[in-house]
Parts: sequence; C-alpha cells; structure tokens
Amino acid sequence: MAQSPLIELAHGDGGGLTRELIAAVFARHFANPILGRQEDAAICPLPGGRVAVTTDSFIVDPIFFPGGDIGKLAVCGTVNDLAVMGARPLYLTAGFIIEEGFSVELLEKIAASMACAAAAAGVHIVAADTKVAEKGAVDQLFINTTGIGLIEGSLCLGADQVRPGDRVIVSGPVGNHGLVILASRMGLDLNGGLVSDCACLWPVISAVISDFPVKFMRDATRGGLATVLKELAVSSGLDVVVREESIPVCREVIELSQMLGVEPYYLANEGRFIAVVPEAAAPGLVERLHQFELGRGAAVIGTLHEGSGRVLLHTRFGGTRVLDFLRGQHIPRIC
Amino acid sequence: MPGAFDRFTDPGLAGRIIGRIRELHRKIPGSNPVPLMEVCGTHSHLLGKSGIRDLLADVVEYRSGPGCPVCVTALNDLDALIDFSLRENIILVIFGDLLKVPGTRGSLQEQKARGARIKLVYSILDVLELARQNRNAEVVFVGAGFETTAPGTALLIKEARAAALKNLSVFSLHKLMPPVLRQLLGSGRSDIRGLILPGHVAAVTGRRVFDFIASELGCPAVVAGFEPLDVLHATALLLEMAAGRSPAVINGYPRVVSETGNTAALAAINGVFTPVEANWRGFGCIEGSGLGIKEEYSEFDASRRFGITPLDSAAPWQSKCRCSEILRGELAPRDCPLFGTGCTPDHPQGACMVSGEGACSSYF
Repeated sequence: MAQSPLIELAHGDGGGLTRELIAAVFARHFANPILGRQEDAAICPLPGGRVAVTTDSFIVDPIFFPGGDIGKLAVCGTVNDLAVMGARPLYLTAGFIIEEGFSVELLEKIAASMACAAAAAGVHIVAADTKVAEKGAVDQLFINTTGIGLIEGSLCLGADQVRPGDRVIVSGPVGNHGLVILASRMGLDLNGGLVSDCACLWPVISAVISDFPVKFMRDATRGGLATVLKELAVSSGLDVVVREESIPVCREVIELSQMLGVEPYYLANEGRFIAVVPEAAAPGLVERLHQFELGRGAAVIGTLHEGSGRVLLHTRFGGTRVLDFLRGQHIPRIC
Repeated sequence: MPGAFDRFTDPGLAGRIIGRIRELHRKIPGSNPVPLMEVCGTHSHLLGKSGIRDLLADVVEYRSGPGCPVCVTALNDLDALIDFSLRENIILVIFGDLLKVPGTRGSLQEQKARGARIKLVYSILDVLELARQNRNAEVVFVGAGFETTAPGTALLIKEARAAALKNLSVFSLHKLMPPVLRQLLGSGRSDIRGLILPGHVAAVTGRRVFDFIASELGCPAVVAGFEPLDVLHATALLLEMAAGRSPAVINGYPRVVSETGNTAALAAINGVFTPVEANWRGFGCIEGSGLGIKEEYSEFDASRRFGITPLDSAAPWQSKCRCSEILRGELAPRDCPLFGTGCTPDHPQGACMVSGEGACSSYF
C-alpha cells in the first residue's frame, strides 16, 4: 500500500512543490474567481458601508476534535468576530504554517472543512499563504485567518451603548467547546456524547440585528461567558447581575467539568454569543433565537445595573459570587 | 431528566438546612459568627462558588485549612524542585497546580520557559508512557497530595518495577492528613470550633482514623462530601455540637466513606511508603506526616537517586505573605496585606493564591 505523502520543507519554498500543493489542496477547495487569479494581492469589490477587519491565529491541540477541526475553527472564529460587530463577512485570507512531515491527506481534509465552513458563512477565501517549518518548530499546523466584513446602515454596537435595565442574553448552552478540547487532550473518550459548539454565527446574527435593537454583542470564546460578561461590565462601568439557574449549561458539561475541576462559565465557546438588548426586546429576541438550531438554548441570563464594573452571580442557594476574568490556563487540580 | 446528584444541589432542601443553621446559631452564646474550618481546598472552592460562604457570613466564619496540596508544600522543597528541574536530561512530571507556585527564584512555569522539560499529566498512566517513550531521559514524577493521590503514586512505583523501567523515579511530597490536624488543634492557639473533614481523604483512610479529633482534642468534626448540601449538612451538625451536643466525629458522607476506608488503596500506600517527617508551609516539620519511599523501593526514590535535598530558603516577600497563618486558620485571606494588591491569581506571591482550591484564590 502506498504511503500517503507528507509535507516537506520544499513545499514551502515557493517553487514547483509549492505550486503543486496549492493546486492540489488550496486552489481546489477554496476555488473562487478572486483567488483564482493568483496575483500577489487579491482585488476585492466592496459595496458601500463601513469595513470591519479582524485577524486571529489558531493553534488548537488536538487539531481534530469532536464537532470540528482547526480548519473549521479558523473560519468560524474569524467570521464570528466580524458577525458580532454586525458586519456581513465577505472575504477571508488564510495563512498556513505547517510542520515538516505533516500528512498531505490531513491538510486536504482541513482545507475541505474550511471550504465547507466558508460556504456556510457566505465568505470567499481570497488569499492564502503556505509556509513549512522544520519538524518540531511548530506543532503540526497553525492557521491564521483575517476577515473582512461590511457593516451596512448605521448599526453601532458597543459597550458604550448599554444602559441600566438592559437584558443580557446568551445564544445557547455554554462550555461545550472548551470541555471537548480539554477532554480530548486528556484522552477521555466522550463516546460521541459531547461535541464542540464550533459554528458560524452569521446567519443567526444577521436575522437578529435586522429585527431587534441589539446594543452589544460578543462571542464567548477564550475565557468563556464569565470573561465576556466581565469585559462588558468593565467597559460599560455597570454591574452585570446574572442568575445562575438561568444560564444554560448541558448536563454532560456540568458533570464532566465537576470531574475535571473546571468551570463551564470560564470554558471557551466557538458558536455562542452574548447580546444586550433593552428589556422590552428581550423576550422577542429569545423567541426568535429559538427558531434557529444554533439558538435553541438561548436564554435571558441577567440584567445591567448601576454599579462599578462587577459581575455578580446569584447562586441557586441565594448567595452571591463575584465573577472575574479567567486567570491563567485551565489546569485540572491535583485531587 | 433529573441527574443522580440533583438532590444534593436542591435549593429547597438547602433553604431548610440554612434555616436550621440559623436556628442553631441563636442557641450558641454570643452573636459572633462561629469559626469552623474546612480542611480541604475543594470545600473552600465550593463555599465560594456556591455563594454559601457569603450567604452564611453572619453566622459561620469558614476558614480554610491545610488541605490544598499545593499550598502546604514547603518553600524549601519547592526550591529544591525548581533547582532540580534545570538539570540535564531530566523530564520532570507534575500535576498541573504545582507549575505556578512561586519559589524563592521563580516558579516551575518560569523554568519551563527557560527550557526545563516539565510535563503536565492527568494520570499516572501518562507517566509510565512518558518513561517508555523517553528511555534516554530520566523521568521524575513529583508525587503531591494526600491519602487521595498517594495510592496512585504507589501503584506507579509498583508498575515501574514490574515493567523494569529504569528511567522512572518519584520525588515524594505526599503528606498525611491526621498528623497535621493534631498539630493544628493541639497547638492551643486555635479557636476553631469544628472541622469539616475532607470526604475524599476519608474515603481512603476511613472515618475511624479521625476519632482522635473529638476524643483527644475535644473538637467536633464532620466528614463531608463535595456537593453544596453536603457542606450545609456538615455545618448544621457542627453547630449542633457547638450548641451543646457532645463532640464527635460524624460521617456526613456515608454514601462514599466507610469506617475503615479503602483497604486496597491503603495496602498500596503501606506497601510502598513509610511515614516520615515532612515540612509543611505554615506548620514546619511534623513527625510522621509525610510519605517517604520504603527502602525496598529506594531505586525509585528520586531524592536518593539524584540527591535532591530541601534548600535552606527564606524568601524576601515572606515577611509580608501570610500564607502560613491562613493555612492554620488564624487569619482570613483578606487579613493578608498582600491580598488582592501585591498578590493576585495572575501574579501569586504565596502558594494559597495559586491553585483554584487555595484559600486566597477561592476568596479572590
């Protein structure tokens, strides 16, 4: 049986092998007229409006996990950063830093997954770059994506828009992605029960911002729900008061995170966002979110109050707990 | 579908126990909150996370005890380890929390950035695998924790012998719970009126070994599990005893803890380890409170194989850091002058701020 080909240093030197790799993997999966010109820079038409730009690098371990892979993550993560600013995602660039010896077959699988996620988000990957690093210099594969989006109309989202009395909504159960990654690293078999929430949020968000007076949105990625709420509190100078029993968390996530000694509110999500709306709009927004697969578990979790930038969690026992930013890495405890 | 543990987090039942706790508090002379100690870091964390500490602040003053393995690791043991980590051809294998604890000259995390080969593992099976994959390096596992984690380390050593792994050894920082509690309560300085005992330790040791707390030292104690209702139940029992019922060591966690403990785990500990004097942050050296590796397994004892000896450390910041008093339940984290200013979870100065289960970190 022939061995599947591996990435060699020469695949990154800009010569014949680079061209072959681009043709066989990237051009094939990302095909679109702009990328197809293969010039030094992509020329992209932009209709009127304000342009949103964001960039993110992805170095997830493991690169394949239940519910996704590094490629899907690299597309969804950047698209979601545009989406929560109210920007329609239009174009992506993708930079690949590949470890010498990485399997071409896996690279192709990842490229296909990126293409699939990009199609779901309605974006084109218009420029890409490939570098190969010596074995051991990077861990398998790093991907950087830059996203360009367009904000239509006068939409203006930000922490400076929120007021006391506004409601905080989360779009679905939190903690799944972070826990899946942690469990995968620890070699725990999840038996297909728990998968990452990694998904592109633009279809849901575009429906939401056109129909509801949303003031603030953010996707709850690294640092999880708690960190986003704390950012909101600090930026607005208000207190965010949250009821613990209203925060949606899957039972599997609760049980596994107790076992590992981590907290769902601090675990990363890759397909969940927080939105702030005036009180009157909150029930309607939750109802609308429930019509989407990605918004099925949406709930009003809290309220903004005059205060000093704190996040106060009312526990189910009637106590109050202050939530702060995530500190350091998630490290499972000793005992 | 309700889960198996929902009844241990039932807010209605919690409310009734909280009512009972308040009722009992009124029967205790004086209006001050009753000082109780939760020995285990997991309980400290739970009290903060569930909001129970805050909710009952007017009736109970929960103080964290010497039950967080990271926190009680002595500075000179830690410094020895930090020094050792940079030796050539060593792979130091640890459980996560130890990484960030500051020693006199930096932490293991900083040594890692300087090139020390330090691996975090989740299971002793990972340690065996590391030793097999790195036959040309010396793999040294740092055994930390109490009676709960010591059986795992004991099995690791037995397994290493069975598999004839010559490049694997253990630096034991394992400690035993009963001796430090005797020291704490017997010092005459403690005003603690009841102990919440760690359920996981008791699951291994059995309830009976803690009887001396009531019978010899006159202090009430309850072995508690790790759900909010477990801790509330234990608190109610301790207040009952503080209100006049004679002190006893009660098993509040009978669904897991037996009188005599886990005989297989105890046999594993006793087969490989022997009680030795150990150095505790906050307490100093306590006779018979540590687990040293027995003579017959000495080839797996990293401290002998590599001559790791505790350093004579005194950190400049020690003058202000109050970890020692906090671990003895004499001060609350907020009483430390560094708390929240010079010492935060991002920049810990003392061990209690490092682990999520450390007293200061759980108060932060």
